[in-house]
Amino acid sequence: MMADGTAETARPDSGYNFAYLDEQTKRMIRRAILKALAIPGHQVPFGSREMPLPYGWGTGGIQVTASVLGPDDRLKVIDQGADDTTNAVNIRRFFARTANVATTERTQEASLIQTRHRIPETQLQEGQILVYQVPIPEPLRWLEPRESETRKMHALSEYGIMHVRLYEDIAQWGRIANSYDYPVQVNGRYIARPSPIPKFDNPKMDMNPAIQLFGAGREKRIYAIPPYTKVKSLDFEDHPFDVETWDEPCALCSARNSYLDEIVTDDRGTRMFVCSDSDYCGQRRDAGHRGHQAPPAGLLGQTGGKENR
Amino acid sequence: MQDGQQAPLLKAEGITHNFGALRACDDISLEVFPGEVLCIAGESGSGKTTLLKVLSGRLAPSAGRVTCRSDDGLAHDLYALDESARRQLMRSQWGIVEQNPRDGLRMGVSAGANVGERLMALGQRNYGGLRATALDWLGKVEIDGERVDDLPQTFSGGMQQRLQIARNLVTGPRLVFMDEPTGGLDVSVQARLLDLLGGLVAQLDLAAIIVTHDLAVARLLAHRLVIMRHGEIVEAGLTDQLLDDPQHAYTQLLVSSVLQA
Amino acid sequence: MTVMIHSEGLSKTFTLHNQGGKSLPVLNGVDFAAEAGECVALHGPSGSGKSSLMRCLYANYKPTAGRVLVRHDGTEVDITNAHPGRIVEVRRHSLTFVTQFLRVIPRVATLDIVAEPLIQTGTPEESARTRAAELLERLRIPQALWELAPATFSGGEQQRVNIARGFALPRPILLLDEPTASLDEANRDTVIELILEARAAGAAVVGIFHDAEVRGRVADRLFSLSAQKAAA
Repeated sequence: MMADGTAETARPDSGYNFAYLDEQTKRMIRRAILKALAIPGHQVPFGSREMPLPYGWGTGGIQVTASVLGPDDRLKVIDQGADDTTNAVNIRRFFARTANVATTERTQEASLIQTRHRIPETQLQEGQILVYQVPIPEPLRWLEPRESETRKMHALSEYGIMHVRLYEDIAQWGRIANSYDYPVQVNGRYIARPSPIPKFDNPKMDMNPAIQLFGAGREKRIYAIPPYTKVKSLDFEDHPFDVETWDEPCALCSARNSYLDEIVTDDRGTRMFVCSDSDYCGQRRDAGHRGHQAPPAGLLGQTGGKENR
Repeated sequence: MQDGQQAPLLKAEGITHNFGALRACDDISLEVFPGEVLCIAGESGSGKTTLLKVLSGRLAPSAGRVTCRSDDGLAHDLYALDESARRQLMRSQWGIVEQNPRDGLRMGVSAGANVGERLMALGQRNYGGLRATALDWLGKVEIDGERVDDLPQTFSGGMQQRLQIARNLVTGPRLVFMDEPTGGLDVSVQARLLDLLGGLVAQLDLAAIIVTHDLAVARLLAHRLVIMRHGEIVEAGLTDQLLDDPQHAYTQLLVSSVLQA
Repeated sequence: MTVMIHSEGLSKTFTLHNQGGKSLPVLNGVDFAAEAGECVALHGPSGSGKSSLMRCLYANYKPTAGRVLVRHDGTEVDITNAHPGRIVEVRRHSLTFVTQFLRVIPRVATLDIVAEPLIQTGTPEESARTRAAELLERLRIPQALWELAPATFSGGEQQRVNIARGFALPRPILLLDEPTASLDEANRDTVIELILEARAAGAAVVGIFHDAEVRGRVADRLFSLSAQKAAA
């Protein structure tokens, strides 16, 4: 963030097509997205392009964003819940420069949110699009290395091995140990990976009013969850799915219903738990919520709701 | 059976399969009835493994038809079914025990999960129930319950084969296909496996189609025996009759060539 | 009396394809019958086809011509052309064949081997094992051996296990090939008792008994076979 708390400024570049990708590529990707929306949870192959950043930095998400982005959109980018991390800043600046779109850090103001590893705490609304960056799209890959075979398994709903994995967790740890990228069944049909979001966020995917799009650049796959679609986290009757809880509220905004990051504050091992969603935390503090370790008002500067054109 | 009080579980008619110019199976017809153990014997290259693959829904033949009967009494033309229905049928009605346990087991997950997988695939979602069933089946195939969370990699060859059998029988199939189930095992381990198989087949009223080159295995397990050579059935019939009074020149040669079968 | 098993025009010629197609005729147009409650001893010189006839009666050999009709479940089944599955069923319930040789899956406990024919036909395991124990006891197999597999037993012990197995489930037709050969006197007497009990219970017994004394004590009549001449 800049000193005044606004999202960083970026000068539009004139040498590129709108949102970097050429129009044919964007059309191709949009067709893949439409197909993905028509078959919720199904992975659609697409011709992933070389992007001006390495794989693993969100190239799949960026191509999806570039293809659905319009001049009137307002873009928010988060990485691990925060708007001000390197990856988020870079991607936001990339689109500010190549598409000259408005950006924001406020979840409720964004028409398009690209995310790595989180779903915002603020409830998404109809008309919003959430784009996930996906490293490995195939939920069956851990057991079956052959793409031809995993495709067949999806086609025939042969999903027994997904529960094998959960079974192994319980047998080994006494509980389902998987806490990130927890597999879901979309619309009662396809098993999908929600990307490495904490399982805390899984319930937010269910019946969400927003459009959820998933882009995997290296693996060249797009999948989607249309608005108000059932998304169920896999579990056993006697070991039902549950989410993480914390003993203490957010140290800054006292929220008890948000995902908390553990932060080490000095080299003596002192730690605090704060909201991973920096926008949510900031807005709560702006609204007067104070956590037990919150600095005096004003010290942290204004937060949230910054925009830049 | 001949009197028609029972319909065959599986019926093959005119099965022919070519690998390029090689004819692996040539116009083979056979039937298997409920509760019946059928052995297909022959030397290497006689086409018996190819035939087993065709019969068990894993290889579409060049010509011919395989009809199978499901629990509900309906007959299905195996290769006319779409793949989804065929795999569903195979999963719920059949078991397939591979010669090499590595092909039939998931080596990377525990013994318990190996036994439970098919139940999970069929929709069982109770961990406690799955685990109890897994332990019960490990007992049936004489594997110590203590090993339920161990990987099959840590098991001996005989244990792996028994685990594979448990994994296949847990869903109560009516027909089991086995390719050289005792192949690659020490003689004493073979005996144990034969004992176990014989017992399970009788207890569960299973039908089985077993491919073997070992006529002694056929004598001990099979009600009926089919002898194959060059992709054709040279002789078929009641096991002890075929072994003690072979009619065909090749069968006579085969029977006289082995140590006491 | 009811005829339990009979053959009509039964002929058997072995063709040895791997020895120049040599033909060995052993039976020629044999009409044989055994009724319920009688014991028929097959009689004739060595090579007269006693054993082959018995094996044809059990469907262990495939006759070249003729029929073998076995009373099973209220009807007669021609086992020379019945489906193998049907023959298995006939054997399981109606027809048993006791030889001197025990052929079983290795490693199975003696008691289970004897109890198997009972369990296979629906006798509860507990009572099947009780009956098996009775027979083993009568045939003087030491109890210490019951839980062991018979592979390491002496020839005589194996033979007696086989006899116990053959008599475990009372079946209406009993085929016996030299059941007392190489048994000591006490055990021979036990086998004779078993045969007489089966006969008294209405079984048709067909046997090959080399021992004239045994034959004299169990057989109601002899059925004579004469040696066949080898075809030119």
